[in-house]
Amino acid sequence: MTALLSIDDLSVSFRTGRGDAHAVTNLSFDLHAGESLGLVGESGSGKSTVAMAVMGHLARNGVAKGRVVRNAKIAMVYQEPMSALNPSLTIGEQLSEVPVYHDGVSWREARTRALAILEEVRIADPDRVLASYPHQLSGGQQQRVVIAMALLASPSVLLLDEPTTGLDVTIEAAIVDLIANMQARRSMSLLYISHNLGLISQVCDRIAVMYSGEIVEEGSVGEVFRRPRHPYTRGLLRCLPDASADRWTRPLRPIRGVPAGPLDRAAGCRFGPRCDWFVEGDCDAGPIALVDRVRCPRWSEISTREQEAPAPDAMESPTTEPGSLISIKSLTRHFPLRRRKQTLKALNDASFDIRTGRTTAIVGESGSGKSTIAKILIGVDSATSGSAEMNGANLADWPVERRSAELHRSLQMVFQNPEDTLNPSFSVGAQIARTVRKLAPAKRGADVRKAVADLLELVRLPKTVAKQKPAQLSGGQKQRVAIARAFAGAPQLVVADEPVSALDVSVSAAVTDLLLDVQRRHGTTMLLISHDLGLVRYVADEVVVVYLGHVMENGASADVFAPPYHPYTEALLSAVPRVNTGVDANVDTNVDTGGDRKRTILVGEMPSPIDPPPGCPFCTRCPRTLGDLCEEETPPEQVTATGHRVFCHIPLETLAEVQTKL
Amino acid sequence: MSWIARHWLIAVGGGILAFWIAVAVSAPVLAPFPPTATMTPFLLPGAQAPDGTVFVLGTDQLGRDVLSRLLYGARTVLIYAPLATLCGYAIGIVCGLAAGYHRGWMDDLLSRTGDLVLAFPAIVLYITIVGRFGASGLNIVLAVTLASWPAIMRIVRSLVLDLRERSYVLAAKIRGEPTWRVMLVEILPNARGPLIVDFSLRLGYTTIAIGTLGFLGIGLPPPNPDWGGMINEARLYALVFPHMLLFPCLAVTTFVFGCNLLADGVREMSLRP
Repeated sequence: MTALLSIDDLSVSFRTGRGDAHAVTNLSFDLHAGESLGLVGESGSGKSTVAMAVMGHLARNGVAKGRVVRNAKIAMVYQEPMSALNPSLTIGEQLSEVPVYHDGVSWREARTRALAILEEVRIADPDRVLASYPHQLSGGQQQRVVIAMALLASPSVLLLDEPTTGLDVTIEAAIVDLIANMQARRSMSLLYISHNLGLISQVCDRIAVMYSGEIVEEGSVGEVFRRPRHPYTRGLLRCLPDASADRWTRPLRPIRGVPAGPLDRAAGCRFGPRCDWFVEGDCDAGPIALVDRVRCPRWSEISTREQEAPAPDAMESPTTEPGSLISIKSLTRHFPLRRRKQTLKALNDASFDIRTGRTTAIVGESGSGKSTIAKILIGVDSATSGSAEMNGANLADWPVERRSAELHRSLQMVFQNPEDTLNPSFSVGAQIARTVRKLAPAKRGADVRKAVADLLELVRLPKTVAKQKPAQLSGGQKQRVAIARAFAGAPQLVVADEPVSALDVSVSAAVTDLLLDVQRRHGTTMLLISHDLGLVRYVADEVVVVYLGHVMENGASADVFAPPYHPYTEALLSAVPRVNTGVDANVDTNVDTGGDRKRTILVGEMPSPIDPPPGCPFCTRCPRTLGDLCEEETPPEQVTATGHRVFCHIPLETLAEVQTKL
Repeated sequence: MSWIARHWLIAVGGGILAFWIAVAVSAPVLAPFPPTATMTPFLLPGAQAPDGTVFVLGTDQLGRDVLSRLLYGARTVLIYAPLATLCGYAIGIVCGLAAGYHRGWMDDLLSRTGDLVLAFPAIVLYITIVGRFGASGLNIVLAVTLASWPAIMRIVRSLVLDLRERSYVLAAKIRGEPTWRVMLVEILPNARGPLIVDFSLRLGYTTIAIGTLGFLGIGLPPPNPDWGGMINEARLYALVFPHMLLFPCLAVTTFVFGCNLLADGVREMSLRP
């Protein structure tokens, strides 16, 4: 059988100011009919370059060598749906263009096909969507339209480059479900490019792991996830926090260092500098060949020896019951909208405690109000009503400009985007020093310099970093500096807003562990804002689940992540793409590759916070809705003996019963 | 590739400006005659003075050496053009920071005032101010500043609107930095790229504006060597003695061209690191 897509010895290089960057080197793979191949890699691994080379869309400074044989029609779904759609044409016009120009049909016929394809990708209200412009659709709808557009060309191969990046987990789950469904119905082949191992494990049957421009391991999804052979694959799987395990039962083991870019590769094995099994003279002698589908000659030796490797220090589980540092009571934030006298209800009557020395996580999708809570606490937004009391002061009453130095010292923050967390104009040392002068007792030159050096050591960065500008640091290093800055004045509370979501998998594990370690040493209370349930499970002691500005569930992490949970939490957990977690124990049994898990795919999208449902905010999408009761009545607060709070009409016993059965 | 080959725009533009700066600084050494000394009028380039010194670029209608006036004229340009541009920048930056950072009524007030000024043709503003308060260096700077700050404010404001949303600005606020420091230390330095580009472009425009004032006869008062004024005086004799007109025009053109090249070069450099 000939392959639909055959790549043979493909090399792509880009001319840059620093010389030729060999983004992809001697890459080969075949994609057969009906097959779905996942291409996994971190940023800079060259996975997107492969996609561009296949489509013939390399940037102007790129040169491809080798053979790309395309024996079938290939359509591509791009990462950014908004930039794949023309903002000045309606969806109907854009979709109709495809059959008109591809198949030469009439516009009337093309429109019929467009409508049919929108129905096929299960978009709600396809007639209205056809008449809409891209900006009138949500991100999830836009991506469905882009997929529909690709399908209109009736391709035999669908190439997807990170098609769900930037979408909320529940929407992502629905899109991934759609892609798997389309593949089965149309018996297409898929080339699915992603950094997310969990997603790949759900959609693909074969996987190729890329590192620094080459494939380091390939095999069936079951093989690779069950028995990863290459040290990089093993490392990747071990640095994924998983919603099914906390940090005591399954500590992360970060890979040291950062992914090697095309211009700073080591000789010999490209993963060598980050590999725990590196042998001098052996691994750095020359290029390592892909033998038996793995690019590591020592893998069998490594797998047997790894079992003897000591597990990292288990973290102590907190035992005492601490008091609360911040007590949030009925916190509400409504934004009056000028137009039509409406109100955007960003946060409604939220109440929960942030306990001293613990990590409390606020989980929710975009638009859930989780950031609003953080903004009120740090004083860049005010509350409409309610309070957030810390040490007797209501934080909601104190905008950041009017806060005392003492209050500034006690509340600090770690931000989401490493690219804009540091001022690009000043050296790292100068920025930390300024924070030290402002927040720490050290005021004199020598004291400040010592404090800066200590802080850099605390976040495990070399002293030389102090002299560097942020542009010279990697994302992970910048985030470490941000952590150093946040802890400079020994704050009581650190708000961490998606602290690792912008980092590569292998780097984020190290930053997560660092954050936890620093927090533990300082005994700092942390408020984690995240949409990543895996991270939340790993880091948090207490969890607050928010949806549409309402607290849905709140309690100790162990309680929230076990039934009975709120139907929304249940859906969130189900949406998280999971991979085999059996790697740590090096056992083949007890494998969960996600395929056999019962998944709840939520229908529709979050309602507008301008016009929320009158009863339970989740009732429009809840798979367990009781009907009228949920739609009309605000759900009651159900509290268990352990203080676990669930806002739902369904009795906890009933929830526990149906949820444990799954 | 060497730095100059990659950034040839900056090299050429900067070279031209450096040339004029050198000329302005060393005008007393280079100039063969005092700029206001009157000798034989209407001499063509290459004519000789009684003492044997050559009038390299000839003399004007009052018998002043064109070369010497051109060299000293560079001083005028290099003092007043940067000074006026800097003054416009000082006001534009302060207003732009305030409008972009505070938004609300302050933004409305400043932006509408700026719009009002921009609604006047610049030349009308120049004539009004210089005509009312008299032709002097200070009034020229004043007129140019008044006409240019709103455009600068707009640029600064739009940059600030973007930069104020950066996390490092929030980080500065939550460690208790005063507002002025957030604006001047956290925001302004990061707006420097586009502002440097605009500054060098605007330096060229200001040179033309000052030249225009001189041409209209409301520039620096007569005996001062001033390129615009030289062009104005020479235009009456342009058909017969084109050298009197040509050389000051060339001076203005090369200077402005140098500013523009430099601006383009800086922009290119910032686009590809």
